[in-house]
Amino acid sequence: MKRDWLPWLLIPAVGLLALPLVGSLASWVTLSVAGLAMGLMIFVMASGLTLTFGLMDVLNFGHGAFIAVGAFVAASVMLALAPLMGADSLWLNLGAVVPAVLAAMLVSGALGWGFERAIVQPVYGQHLRQILVTTGGLIVAEQLLKVIWGPEQITLARPTALRGAFLLGDVAIEKYRLLAVVVGLLVFAALALTLNRTKLGLLIRAGVENGEMVEALGYRIRRLFVGVFVAGSALAGLGGAMWGLYQETVTAAIGAQVIVLVFIVVIIGGLGSIGGCFVGALLVGLTANYIGFLAPKVALGSNILLMALILLWRPQGLYAVAKR
Amino acid sequence: MSLLRAALSDDLPRSRWLAIALVLVVLGLALAPFAFPGAKSLNVAAKICVFIVLAASFDLLLGYTGIVSFAHTMFFGIGAYGVAIALTRMGGEWSAVAVGLVAGLVVAIVLAALIGLFSLRVRTIFFAMITLAVASAFLILASQLPQLTGGEDGLNYRLPAVLRPSFALADGTFLGVRLNGRLVDYYLVYVVSFALVLLLLRIVNSPFGSVLMAIRENPFRAEAIGYRTVVYRTIASCIAAAVAALAGALLALWSSQTNPDTTLSFDIMVDILLMVVIGGMGTIYGAVLGATVLLFAQNYLQDLLGIASQAFAGVPLLANLFHPDRWLLWLGVAFILCVYFFPSGIVGSLRSSSGPRASLSARDASGPKDLKS
Repeated sequence: MKRDWLPWLLIPAVGLLALPLVGSLASWVTLSVAGLAMGLMIFVMASGLTLTFGLMDVLNFGHGAFIAVGAFVAASVMLALAPLMGADSLWLNLGAVVPAVLAAMLVSGALGWGFERAIVQPVYGQHLRQILVTTGGLIVAEQLLKVIWGPEQITLARPTALRGAFLLGDVAIEKYRLLAVVVGLLVFAALALTLNRTKLGLLIRAGVENGEMVEALGYRIRRLFVGVFVAGSALAGLGGAMWGLYQETVTAAIGAQVIVLVFIVVIIGGLGSIGGCFVGALLVGLTANYIGFLAPKVALGSNILLMALILLWRPQGLYAVAKR
Repeated sequence: MSLLRAALSDDLPRSRWLAIALVLVVLGLALAPFAFPGAKSLNVAAKICVFIVLAASFDLLLGYTGIVSFAHTMFFGIGAYGVAIALTRMGGEWSAVAVGLVAGLVVAIVLAALIGLFSLRVRTIFFAMITLAVASAFLILASQLPQLTGGEDGLNYRLPAVLRPSFALADGTFLGVRLNGRLVDYYLVYVVSFALVLLLLRIVNSPFGSVLMAIRENPFRAEAIGYRTVVYRTIASCIAAAVAALAGALLALWSSQTNPDTTLSFDIMVDILLMVVIGGMGTIYGAVLGATVLLFAQNYLQDLLGIASQAFAGVPLLANLFHPDRWLLWLGVAFILCVYFFPSGIVGSLRSSSGPRASLSARDASGPKDLKS
C-alpha cells in the first residue's frame, strides 16, 4: 500500500509560509516551538478519542471530563509536594511532577473504565443516544469536580527548573514548552510503535478496518476496546496535567474548553486515524500561534477556517478511515 | 373542538394527564401577571415562554430529524443581538425592532444553511462536533467585538415606548396589577410564543415533517425512496435556526439587555438539551413541559437544595453535594436516567400510563429510534 504523505507536507508548508510573514527568524522559531508544544499536548488528549471512535464507533463527548480530572489530580499532588516543586534542582522537581502525572493517568484511566461500563456500554451502535449520554456524563462529572475540589480555580506554579527560557543567540525558547514537545513526541512514538510493531497493535488496526472479521478469528474485540478506552482516558489525564501546568491554572471548565480544540483536531485528521490526528494537532497548534502573532483579531476563527479548508479539500478529513 | 383540533394540527396530547398538564401551563402563563404578581415571577414566566419556543425548535432537530446540534444557542444569540444592536443604534423605535429582526433572521438562516451543507452530507456525527466548534468560536467572537456587541458586558438599550414600564395602558390598577408597558411586553412575548409553538406543531405534522421522521428512522431507506436527505436535514436546521432567532428576539424585547451569558453561553445549550430530553424528544409538547420544569427547578430548586444543604451542614462532602449551586448535578443525573430508561421523557411516560387505548393509537408516542449512520 502506498503511503499518502501529502498531509505531512502541510506541516513544513505552513511553517515556511509563515516565515516571511512573521519576518524575524528569532520570533518565528519561538512561535514554532510554542505551536508544536500546543499541538503535541492536544494530540496527547485527542489520540484516545480518535482510537475509540475508529475501533468501536463510539464518540465520547465526555472525553473532556478525563482531561479535567487529570488536571485536578495532578494539581492536588503537586500542591501536596510543594517543597519538592520549589526546590532548585531539576531532579527534585521531577520527583514531584512524575508522581503527579502518574497519579493523573491512573485516576483518569480508572475513571475511564467506570465510565465505559456505566455510561457507554449500554448505548453501543446508537450515535444519538451516545452523544446525549456522554454529554450528560460530562455535565455530571464537571459538577462533581466542583463538589470535590470546590468551585474556585486552583493556581498552580510550574516547578523552579521548568520556569523561564533557554536563550540561543536571540532566540528564546520556554523550557516547559520544550518538555511538552519531548513528552508529546515520546507518546506519539510509543503509540506508533505499539500500533505498527506489536500483535496488540495489529489487532487494534485490524479492528478499526473490520471489527467483525477480528471477532470471527476468535479475538474478543470488546476486551480490546475496553483496554483502548482506558488507555485513551489515561492519555487524556496526562494531557490535562500538562495543559494545567501550561496554563498555570486549573478550573472545572478546562475539559469543556479544550474539548473544542480536540474535536477540531479529530475532524481534521479523519475520525479514527491516529496519524491524521497527529498531523491535525500540529497544524492546529502552529496556525493558532502564527495567526495569534500576525493578526490577533482573526486568531479566534483561525481553527474553524483551517477546518473548513481541509474539509473542502478532503471531506472525510486528512486520512479517511474507510468503513461505515 | 374541531377548531382546537385544527389549531393543534391534529396532533392531540392523547393522554388525559398530559392534556391537564398542558392546560395548566398555558393557563398559568396566561394569568401569570395577575395570579403571581411580582417582578421575579413575571420574569420567570416570560423566560418560560421564550424557552418553550427555543426548546421546541430544538426538538424539531433532535427529536424529529434525529440530528444533534450544539449551535442552537448561537442562533438564539443572533436573534437577540440583531434586535439589541438595532435598538442600541437606532433608538427605541419599532422600525429598529423590524430591522434587527430581519437582519438576525437572515444571518441565522444563511449560517444554518452553510453549516448544514458543509457537515450534514458526510455524517450526522460530524454535525454535532462541527456545530460545537462553530458555536464556541462565535461565542468568543461576540465577546471580542465590543464596538458592536458590548463585549462581555453586553448591551443595554431602550425598548419601544409602548413596552417601557413608564407607559400607562390605562389609569389605575386591575386586580391589583398596574396596567403598564411591562404587561404589554409580557403579553406580546406570550402571544408570539404561543403562535410559534402552534406553527412548529403545524410543521412537524405536515408531509415535510413526515419526511423528517422517515429520515430519522432510516436515512438509507428515505434516500432510496427518493428524498434528498441532505436537503431535508438542512432545511430542518434552517427552520430551527429561524425559530431560535425569533425566540432570541423575544428575549431581547423582554429583558432590555443582551449579553453573552444569557444568550450564547454553553450553559444555555445544556439547559435546552435537558429541557427537550427530560420533556420528551419528538413530541413538541415535551419541550413545553421540559422548559417549564427546568426553569422552575433553576429558580426554585436552589432554595430546596439550600434547605438540604443546611441539614447536612456538618458532613463535609454531602453538604457540598446539596449546595444550591449544584442543582445542575441533579438535573444531569436525571438527564442520563431519562436517556436510558425514559427515552420519550415526561410526555412518553404520561402517554403510556393512560391506558392501552393511547398506546394502540396509530401514531405511537415512541421516541426517536437511533441513527446508524
